[in-house]
Amino acid sequence: MRRTTFIAAVAAAVVLMLGAGWALPWSRMPIITFLCFGLAALGLTVLMRAGQVSFGHAMYAAIGGYATAFTVRAFPGADGLVAVAAGVVASLAIGAVVAAFVSRYRGIFFGMLNLGLSMVLFSLAGKLYGWTGGTDGLRFERPALLGMALERGQFELAMLVLTLALAVAVAWAVQRYFVSSSGQVMLAIRTNETRLEYIGLSARMVLAEGYVLSAGLVGLAGALLALVQSLVTPESGYWIRSGEYVFIAILGGSGHAAGAFLGAAVFELIKLAAAAYFTNAWQILLGATLIAVIFFAPQGIVGWRRRAPRQTLPQEAR
Amino acid sequence: MELNLLLLATVDGLSYAGLLFLISLGLTLICGVFGVINVAHGSLYAFGGYSAASLLAWLLPHTASAVVLVGSLFVAAAVVGGCLGALLERGLLRHFQDRDPVLQLLVTFAAFMMLEDVQRMVWGATPVNAGDLATRLGTTDLLGVTFMNYQLAFIPGVALVAYAGLQFLLRHSTAGRQIVAVIHHRETATALGINAARVGTLTFALAGALGALGGALSVPMTSFVPGLGAEMIVTSFAVIATAGLGQITGALVASVLIGMARSLAVYTLPELEVVMPYLMMVAVLLVRPHGLFSVTAARRI
Repeated sequence: MRRTTFIAAVAAAVVLMLGAGWALPWSRMPIITFLCFGLAALGLTVLMRAGQVSFGHAMYAAIGGYATAFTVRAFPGADGLVAVAAGVVASLAIGAVVAAFVSRYRGIFFGMLNLGLSMVLFSLAGKLYGWTGGTDGLRFERPALLGMALERGQFELAMLVLTLALAVAVAWAVQRYFVSSSGQVMLAIRTNETRLEYIGLSARMVLAEGYVLSAGLVGLAGALLALVQSLVTPESGYWIRSGEYVFIAILGGSGHAAGAFLGAAVFELIKLAAAAYFTNAWQILLGATLIAVIFFAPQGIVGWRRRAPRQTLPQEAR
Repeated sequence: MELNLLLLATVDGLSYAGLLFLISLGLTLICGVFGVINVAHGSLYAFGGYSAASLLAWLLPHTASAVVLVGSLFVAAAVVGGCLGALLERGLLRHFQDRDPVLQLLVTFAAFMMLEDVQRMVWGATPVNAGDLATRLGTTDLLGVTFMNYQLAFIPGVALVAYAGLQFLLRHSTAGRQIVAVIHHRETATALGINAARVGTLTFALAGALGALGGALSVPMTSFVPGLGAEMIVTSFAVIATAGLGQITGALVASVLIGMARSLAVYTLPELEVVMPYLMMVAVLLVRPHGLFSVTAARRI
């Protein structure tokens, strides 16, 4: 896609979302949720470019959410933005610690270790009632945003603008990262890690960097979601939620940062359609879509147009 | 800790380990043959449990014989698990065989989501169990503590028989040796005249039956609710990762380790009960990055 067309499309989408949020109050929450899911899926896209899939990344959403909630509760005057920043910092910090040892693993073990850690966190969040409020989650007062104390409707609108601005800025930055040399090395991890080591680059270091970035992105999504709902629950870190993020990342494809948001849009549409027409079968709908996408467009939505020649080499070296 | 409590924890842990082993066995078998982690295995577990409960509910007014009732658990598991497993392989995974293993894993995840909804449609969201079957098998007194025979002897027994049976099958039967050959090298096995596609279906049916058996045997002890399949699949992931992917003996050892750790946690640190399997897994993987029983060779059985 040409650059100007792409920018025009993004601008049109931004205007459309702002307009919808302005005119139709009910559409604010779905749009914010969509943007947050897109941000989280963007985090998984970062890892997916290295061929790694984490089935536990929702834990960073939970970490971001809980850190936001703790900040608001501990410092009643704190601004919403400060709380979100605290959430991002917390998930970056924990992501860095986890990355230090998770980056040794590849493939199924990488996914499994993340899953295991996220389950530990999920269970602890549910059990440590005194700190986390147990399975009901942690409620908090709606904080001021940029110093303004807002009504519920205004707050949601302001959050919509904030999330949209953050999403566009972050997606732009992540796309820059994708084409930077670090981002290209991530692609090389997927292609051939041994060759990477031969030219003197540490695959482990690069993957660890990518991991911290992805943890931060998911943490940002979790913090924003927690702030807009004034609530954080252990469910936000459950592995099914991680699976949904993976789903969106696959759906969108890892060729471009916009993919995560396209995937999230399709995901939200499926969810809305299912809620309206097939209340009992929305997982069937999601599952069928996932299978269809993997079968017909394994590169996701962004990879659909520029399809690479199909590889027919036998997978001998597995 | 008191001796009685220790005994209680041991029996609980071993019976849980038995169930866990049956489920992990299927998972690890598929992992050996296909190199794929089958997330839909959790649904097979749930389907096994629910269908066994339905069959028991239908049989109970007609018969009082414990043998028939216990037998019905096995029949339900074999039929439902075997058919569903074969269907999954034939209808779905076969078409994704040459794809990236991660994509294959996601396909099974999609299948899991779909089956979860189907299960909710068929059996609803009300808890289902068959507690009176466990009491029918009688009780045993050990050091002044009363245990149900079902938990004390039956489940661990079935797990051990399944272990020995599978090992025997893989070593001495034609079908089993074909499975082993395909695990070692699919292309070579095909070149030797083994029908790898048929072996794949067979493996999936066998693994499905084992997973469903795990479900059927747990229905007299636990109430089945939606979401239980997800919990079980994640725990058995932990088992096979601890064991080393595709390791059958490893799965047995890891199940016992994790089962015991969990039940000891129930009696000493109840907050940590759910976390124990993952703590064990993380601890093991930190020391041995590919699991306890991983082999150094490129191919794992």
